[in-house]
Amino acid sequence: MAKIVRELPGLALTPEDISQRKVLSTSWVPKAEYAWDAGIAMGRYLEELRNGRLMGVRHRRCGRTVIPPRIFCEQCFAPMDEWGELPDTGTVNTFSICYVSWDVKRLEVPEIPAVIEIDGTSPRVGILHKLGEVDPQQVKVGMPVKAVWKPAEERNGAITDILYFQPI
Amino acid sequence: MAFRRTGLRRVAVVGAGMTKFVRRAQETAQELAFHASRLALDSCGLRIQDIGAVCLGTAPDAFDGVHMNGEYLSDGAGAYGKPFMRAYVGGGTGVFSVIQGWYHVASGLFDAVLVVCEEKMSSCLPHPQAAFLTIFDHTTERPLKPNLLWIFALEMNRYMQKYGLSKKDIARVAVKNKRNAMDHPAAQLAAEITVEDVLNSEVLAWPVQRLDVSPTSDGAVAVILASEDAAKRITDKPVWIKSVGWCLDSAYWTNRDLSYPEYVERAARMAYEMAGIKEPRKEIHIVEPYDPFDYKELHHLEGLLLAPKGEAPRLLAEGVFDRDGDLPATPSGGLLGVGNPIAAAGLMKVAELFWQLRGEAGKRQVPGNPRTGLAQAWGDLMQVGTVAILGV
Ligand SMILES: [Zn+2]
Repeated sequence: MAKIVRELPGLALTPEDISQRKVLSTSWVPKAEYAWDAGIAMGRYLEELRNGRLMGVRHRRCGRTVIPPRIFCEQCFAPMDEWGELPDTGTVNTFSICYVSWDVKRLEVPEIPAVIEIDGTSPRVGILHKLGEVDPQQVKVGMPVKAVWKPAEERNGAITDILYFQPI
Repeated sequence: MAFRRTGLRRVAVVGAGMTKFVRRAQETAQELAFHASRLALDSCGLRIQDIGAVCLGTAPDAFDGVHMNGEYLSDGAGAYGKPFMRAYVGGGTGVFSVIQGWYHVASGLFDAVLVVCEEKMSSCLPHPQAAFLTIFDHTTERPLKPNLLWIFALEMNRYMQKYGLSKKDIARVAVKNKRNAMDHPAAQLAAEITVEDVLNSEVLAWPVQRLDVSPTSDGAVAVILASEDAAKRITDKPVWIKSVGWCLDSAYWTNRDLSYPEYVERAARMAYEMAGIKEPRKEIHIVEPYDPFDYKELHHLEGLLLAPKGEAPRLLAEGVFDRDGDLPATPSGGLLGVGNPIAAAGLMKVAELFWQLRGEAGKRQVPGNPRTGLAQAWGDLMQVGTVAILGV
């Protein structure tokens, strides 16, 4: 490469180049709103979250029980066979202690996102949620946890009807 | 595994070019793509008229705020009046674009194809993460207000827990790659740092700290692929694409084994089988695994069967993956050191193998006349593995 090009193209800008309008740019703020239909499987999942229940689906051929629910087994590519209520308990498969927002601003109180393997499902099958009422330094992989639900009258059929999972 | 092994033409990389990788480039996306494409053409003495088709890799439209971004870019990518294809598989795109270019030529349809990957991440404000956030499931995950870092932090922690690894074991990747990048003329974040610097850097989403992560970047890379007959006319040093492999895992990422990239292993096995490689650890001489985070390089080396599960950190500490080690990994400096303009970063890894296998990598040159190299990239919702094996 060196024998052909001594200096590669690509001019690096500094924040001052922009703020002092040494180089010009134009900007635009998009306005786009979406409403996503929950669909068949997720619709029932959300209904049951409103009732304070976690639901999974089972495929007999491969023997998998999974959450979140889906109408098909993606591994066998065939319809799922049955629905079943799962306990609202599980174990921490992995977690993070997150100190920044999505745009990398510091958070006052760190969040503890986790993948929680739900009891009664196949190995390693979990959902994404957060942990609460726990000292971040005390969180361990393999820790048993239980869902903390919103009061029934405040639930509206969303994953946030579970406030967080708490160690038991 | 079922794929066709006969009737395909041999395909060579005959030229490569790239821009610098920078945090924010003055050039537009089209201008960056133009520079990289022209450099690639000039490097092998071809004109755009010699190119039969163009394969482009660049991020989804929301990222650039340009609907049909591939078509917008196409003029800068030399695609005027030509068959044109754009694909995007997240971080896996750079290597996937070479796979696309490969089958355009291997199939017999075209004798010379220009593969261009471009990314201008700086246009998305306040941070390109805004565009990434929509990758999370809109019903079950986005109401939790996730941060893209979560997914990597969760995977990294699972990997560490499974094998009892420490942050120190992993930080050595960042040290090695940023040091390797000191010799790369395009590098954005080349530096001599220590393991302590990584461990003392700002904690973002534990276990992920500032120096565990690659930057956001603007930049472009291009390579020229040619059929055997054409390649032999163009250059006396063709670098053959010996094989390719790619594989997608389920989008239900919380149902997966987060400690091991199964899809990378499947992609690698496809490529090894196609190339007739029986013992990857002995037959691969240089590897450019995808390293957007330091732990990912180790994760990928294991998925590529170049290290036993959970043992890549030990081999790293022993110096196996140093530029003068037994299996140099990321001699370019990688995403951690050169930079991470996503699609372009993956193609940079293929360009690096091209220069290394021709003995043209200058100060970055791996000793011992390496003959076979592997480039790998990873992306989508942590679910795609893309692999290309090059050889001379
Ligand atoms: Zn099944």
